[in-house]
Amino acid sequence: MTASFRKNYFGSFGSSLMTLFSLGVIGAILWALVDWGILRATFGADGTQETCQAAGGACWSVIATRWRVILFGIYPYEEQWRAGIACLVVALVIVLSCLPRLWSFGRLSMIWLIGTALFYALMRGGVFGLAAVNEQQWGGLPLTLFIFVATGVIGMPLAILLALLRRSEYRVIARVSGWIIDTIRSLPLLSILFTCAIVLPFMLPGFLIGEKLYRVLFGAALFFAAYQAEIIRGGFQGIPKGQEEAAKALGLSYVHRMTRIVLPQAFRLALPATINQFVIAFMETSLIVVVGFMELLAAGNTAFKTGEWKFAYAEVYVFIAFIYFAFVFGLSRYGAYLEARMNVGHAKD
Amino acid sequence: MSGSSFWRRKAIRSAAFQGGFLALIVALLVGATLTARANLTAQGLTSGFGFLWKATGWEMNFTLLPATTSDPYWWYLTLGLMNTLFMGTIGLAGASVLGLGLGLMRSGRNPAARLLATLYIELFRNLPLILQLFFWYALANALPAPRQSIEVAGALVNSRGIYLPGLTIGPGSVALMVLALGLGFAALIWVLTARRFGRMESGPRLRLAWGALGAGVIAALVAVVAGHEAGTVWASFPVQSGLKIDGGFRIQPEVYALAIAIMTYGAAYVGEIVRGGFKSVPRGQMEAAGALGLSPWQVFSRMRMPLAFRAMLPILINQYVWLIKATTLGIAVGFSDFFMIVASSINHSGQTFEFIAILMGGFLIINFSLAAVLNKLNRAIALKGHQATGAI
Repeated sequence: MTASFRKNYFGSFGSSLMTLFSLGVIGAILWALVDWGILRATFGADGTQETCQAAGGACWSVIATRWRVILFGIYPYEEQWRAGIACLVVALVIVLSCLPRLWSFGRLSMIWLIGTALFYALMRGGVFGLAAVNEQQWGGLPLTLFIFVATGVIGMPLAILLALLRRSEYRVIARVSGWIIDTIRSLPLLSILFTCAIVLPFMLPGFLIGEKLYRVLFGAALFFAAYQAEIIRGGFQGIPKGQEEAAKALGLSYVHRMTRIVLPQAFRLALPATINQFVIAFMETSLIVVVGFMELLAAGNTAFKTGEWKFAYAEVYVFIAFIYFAFVFGLSRYGAYLEARMNVGHAKD
Repeated sequence: MSGSSFWRRKAIRSAAFQGGFLALIVALLVGATLTARANLTAQGLTSGFGFLWKATGWEMNFTLLPATTSDPYWWYLTLGLMNTLFMGTIGLAGASVLGLGLGLMRSGRNPAARLLATLYIELFRNLPLILQLFFWYALANALPAPRQSIEVAGALVNSRGIYLPGLTIGPGSVALMVLALGLGFAALIWVLTARRFGRMESGPRLRLAWGALGAGVIAALVAVVAGHEAGTVWASFPVQSGLKIDGGFRIQPEVYALAIAIMTYGAAYVGEIVRGGFKSVPRGQMEAAGALGLSPWQVFSRMRMPLAFRAMLPILINQYVWLIKATTLGIAVGFSDFFMIVASSINHSGQTFEFIAILMGGFLIINFSLAAVLNKLNRAIALKGHQATGAI
């Protein structure tokens, strides 16, 4: 025990130096964080700039007084319980789709469609006696989650379509869809969002223009679809040729071959990469702050950009970072767990 | 049903599908163009690229070469493209160096170093880049006011930027210097990878490559010396004078906040790629090298690193393209990259479609050429007859 400890940590001069350096850096950062965030911090809604700076640590009072703005943006104050429930609905949808028992096309699309509809009804109102709230007033965490969910709901079918088109036996179709996918992939997401928000209205007939939010959503979904289509294509490549040939020999139609034989296997193979792509899509929802939406990050910016809290930017960003981190880290750990589980299955085969 | 009629039916079906698909796409494009044209004429806007020679009338906040409000749009676009490439180069270089360190720490034997690298990677990889960028930018703006500048080794740091000591030469000479260095590096990569030099012995080829780089460096030095005005000092140091800071060379908060954000975020991803590369090198290779009597350093530099690098490169290419695209985030803090110049040009001139075409064209060219160069490098260093290259 001690021998291996010494060998690992202090095996050579360089290694000892590395150990001391690493532990020193970790220790220093941990201590600074604890000192700033807990020991010398001010909690409670009654803190002000003077009391916080006298204490010398973090000023969590900014969260205590402004958390509703950070979480819900400019959503009407009395209706914010609806936004809260809507967030829980999305969380439930995500947890449900992580359960392998519910993994079938039918069940998953049911969960996501019902979840999205429920979320939309709660947020938009106008039904079941709920007061209508315009999309322009949506903000904060619900908006972030809505963009994420809608990107998935629109983007995933689009991705399957693009992936199938790209492997089409008709050369022209395959080639053209390949160009579309590669072009979208080499453009920055921001430029696509910007085009959808500002340029698209010029190019669409009046009845198709719609809310800016939906145009931007379409852009985000398109970008997601282009990346996801390549991931599915990777899955296709892992399926032995014989599978589809056997299905053909059995006389299955194209639709049956795809939905019963090819796509399920491709998705299984592409699962780790797909989850990774969802993680990236969640982080990229924050980009819509640039085209003028009040999602979580932008709402956080407004929370400290009022004169009295101007000094407390770090506290607000730490709070927002916690929300993003909890979600992203959780999802990527889940992806790693799934990958490990699948590899176990393969080793047994 | 005879065979030939079946074949004919299949051919007809194929032609119908493909023709229909093409017709749909063409119809979408034509429809969008016609609607756009109708909308533009209704607003009294003209199309065409003539506006590129008109003066912009607004200022860029960061340029590598001089720009005034009377400069035409094409010059602004060029400068914006240069800014994007500049930020991309800094970001990629920083992310690669830091990421290599992290990857080595993570795949090493020391648990303390592994823990530090793991903490870093998990923290930076699991937060949105734009959140990190906002944080660095807010931090940069919260530094002390110019009057209370912090002084570090001849440089001044305050909320308006970092003031470094600078060479007193004109911006034209700086551009020449950068151009010469860039050409030198390009020649280095070209000589090392192009098939044209494939027949040369590796010794003379290496000498030729380093010679090309050396020529670039010498040309850069000549540009610096020629750009220097005789009789003046070579370098100027930032000095506090009242509310202003005179002399030196200022790096704006937008610039270094974006550079730090891209470097630290990219490093986390590069670190993971590096670790994957090292993991892909079979243990037997290293053991065999050790058994042949190579020292640990030789095993690392002659076996482990080259093999790992070949496995990493294809994934690194994707990551680099991604990082170049990430420089567009500069618009969130006001760094005038290519995308921000295009966006402000659209606001000021109303020439929406032309600018969107330029924007897309610009990024397609940058990304395709970066990918092409790196893919070429990938093929050039591939081991002949080695199966494992390109896959982890």
